Amino acid sequence: MRLEPTEDERTIAEVFGGFFRNECPPAVVRAAEPLGFDIGLWARLVGTGAPDMGRAEAVGGGGAALTDLAVVAEQVGRTVAPVPFVEHAVACRLLDRLGVSPPVGATEVATLALRPAGAAGDWTLVPAGAVAGTVVGLVGDDLVCVHGPPPGGAPANHAAMPVADRASGGGTVLASAAAAREAFAVARAEWQTLTASACVGIITTALDLAIAYVTERHQFDRPIGSFQAIQQQLADLPIVLEGATLLTAKAAWAGDRPGRGTVDVDRADITDFPVLAGMAFLHAAEAAALATDRALHAHGGYGYSEEYDIQLLYRRARGWALVAGDPARECRRLADAMFGPVEEVA
Amino acid sequence: MDFSLTPAQVEYRERIRTLIREVHRPEHTERQHRTGTFDSPEINRALAAGGFLERAIPGYGDGDPIELWMLFNELEKAAVPADGIAMALMVAGVIAYVGTEAQKAEFLPQVLAGDTLVSLGYSEPECGSDVASAQTRAVRDGDDWVVNGAKMWTTMAHVAKWVLLLTRTDPDVPKHRGLTFFLIPLDLPGITIDAVYTMGTERTNATFYDDVRVPDRYRVGEVDGGWRVMAVALAFERGLMGGTAAGVPLLRHFHHWAANVRDDDGRRLVDDPLVRERMVRVAVDNEVAALMTLRTAYIAATGGLPGLEGSMVKVHATEAYQRAARWFSEAAAPAALLQFDQPGAAAEGWIEYDLRHSPVTTIYGGTSEINRNNIAERHLGLPKAR
Repeated sequence: MRLEPTEDERTIAEVFGGFFRNECPPAVVRAAEPLGFDIGLWARLVGTGAPDMGRAEAVGGGGAALTDLAVVAEQVGRTVAPVPFVEHAVACRLLDRLGVSPPVGATEVATLALRPAGAAGDWTLVPAGAVAGTVVGLVGDDLVCVHGPPPGGAPANHAAMPVADRASGGGTVLASAAAAREAFAVARAEWQTLTASACVGIITTALDLAIAYVTERHQFDRPIGSFQAIQQQLADLPIVLEGATLLTAKAAWAGDRPGRGTVDVDRADITDFPVLAGMAFLHAAEAAALATDRALHAHGGYGYSEEYDIQLLYRRARGWALVAGDPARECRRLADAMFGPVEEVA
Repeated sequence: MDFSLTPAQVEYRERIRTLIREVHRPEHTERQHRTGTFDSPEINRALAAGGFLERAIPGYGDGDPIELWMLFNELEKAAVPADGIAMALMVAGVIAYVGTEAQKAEFLPQVLAGDTLVSLGYSEPECGSDVASAQTRAVRDGDDWVVNGAKMWTTMAHVAKWVLLLTRTDPDVPKHRGLTFFLIPLDLPGITIDAVYTMGTERTNATFYDDVRVPDRYRVGEVDGGWRVMAVALAFERGLMGGTAAGVPLLRHFHHWAANVRDDDGRRLVDDPLVRERMVRVAVDNEVAALMTLRTAYIAATGGLPGLEGSMVKVHATEAYQRAARWFSEAAAPAALLQFDQPGAAAEGWIEYDLRHSPVTTIYGGTSEINRNNIAERHLGLPKAR
């Protein structure tokens, strides 16, 4: 057991923390709106090898673990960088496992349709769908991959995300039935884990912004951070940050272990990857929503203005998670694994 | 990070589970609810006989704090009354940390035998959260001290042999600098114990100290160095010694009951979509509480004192427990209102019990507000507001 980052994880955090701090100050995030994709930043990130680091060495990747990718995703979250790191890393790993590897080192984006295609065969509001040349997702019982020029534009949306509807027609069927469901479930769990990690990064920055503001801002001749009403609100942020950090790290740890783990809720003994990933995703997304809400509120009216950075985090804390759908639906999916399926009504 | 347990830790956990299965009986729980004394002498003795206690005193012997976490985690998950042994081991940890060799020699073997309990004498009628303003006086008189004052919430005092007593030894310096701790036998002349009954069944006490002569060898830590001892005691109490897993038996009790009852529409209660959502949210909160508690143990295992982390997990776990008690009492209403032994009571009365018991958990061991103050001041570096 080791409940602190390893030396390797510290190094990855330092390297990519430095990369995003230097390459992605808030001005870059603003300039990339409304699409939410900075092709130059993406190309430089591809140049570092980060998007391919989690792919198998056999296909030219870095052979890194999900745990390592989570460290990078956290740094993406800290700067709310306009790059589809999470979607691309997860989609490439899925395609590698199915034996249809996209080229390593390419700037062409791959992504995962998180929700199954509708009756007309379209995946709606696919994350990174506006900029991805490759989309992989479920169509009925099949796992389907399509290639094609991305639309390049996104409908105006809350978090300035490069989402888009994509058609699955004419795609290649990579797997069917149980094999398709299982492959997709792992990829989806990886997406949830890395998005949870990005949420952890958002919480960290939101807390930093809030502390800086309430220390500097004076009202009634005192810094507002000296008022207990402010302190009690902000004291929740380290609590949710600690919880989200640990649960996300446990999900990533489970994702790096072979086979399925335990789901024993009666004894609070849970080591199963897809279940832990769903739990970490729910908790980290809710924690990021709470943290950005409290941090924005601590800024008073300025927090609501476009000029201050907290609004950039506030919107992404919601958008990056809600693109997967209603969290209550995710709860009910987890309930099936934890408490058994709902009884058929005769 | 790495969340694997070593084979030795897994085996240790299995031995605890076996011990609980073999020793704990429903009548012990009934006795807890009848008497209000949240202690199981049978479990304490079995833990002593099995050599568990020796390894469960923080900083003592060759015990691993991860094992300490496992011990209380398993007891709490099984809803075994363990407040008594938890407090005794916590104080044993304080003595192991700051006590003299003579104190260790006298006190630790008693706790290790599993038949000696300890009460915590911090709060007073006029001081709770502002515990450093304690007024119970200890005045030096030759080799002895003379203690006068009153303590509130001295839970277990009616069955305990010792009380860990916070006293004022210097009233003329800033309040944190004039405090001294003593660990004294509760049968010294001049001590009286009055019962205080609570909404949550638990019996606690008010204890009174009238010219109690206390030999200096019972002093814990330096004269006027009580606040440093308090930091150790609180770091052990919050997180490490239990109190953060109450949501686990609550979820289990509710789940097993809800799987076997029908709602007014004839559907299994456990199949209601909102109920399922809330059960999952409680399971998530329980996992987070377990991991945060484990991290306090890990910090202790790697040489640190997890004061801040203890505050964080205490706030999370107790507020989540209250939320769960409210959600499940709503879902199980009106059967949730029925108490133990009443036909038709939800989860045999556990839901009603948790609804009554949970309010105290954000109060004792440091209120949520005090813990948030600690986080704001010591972790976030915000100015002291009091």
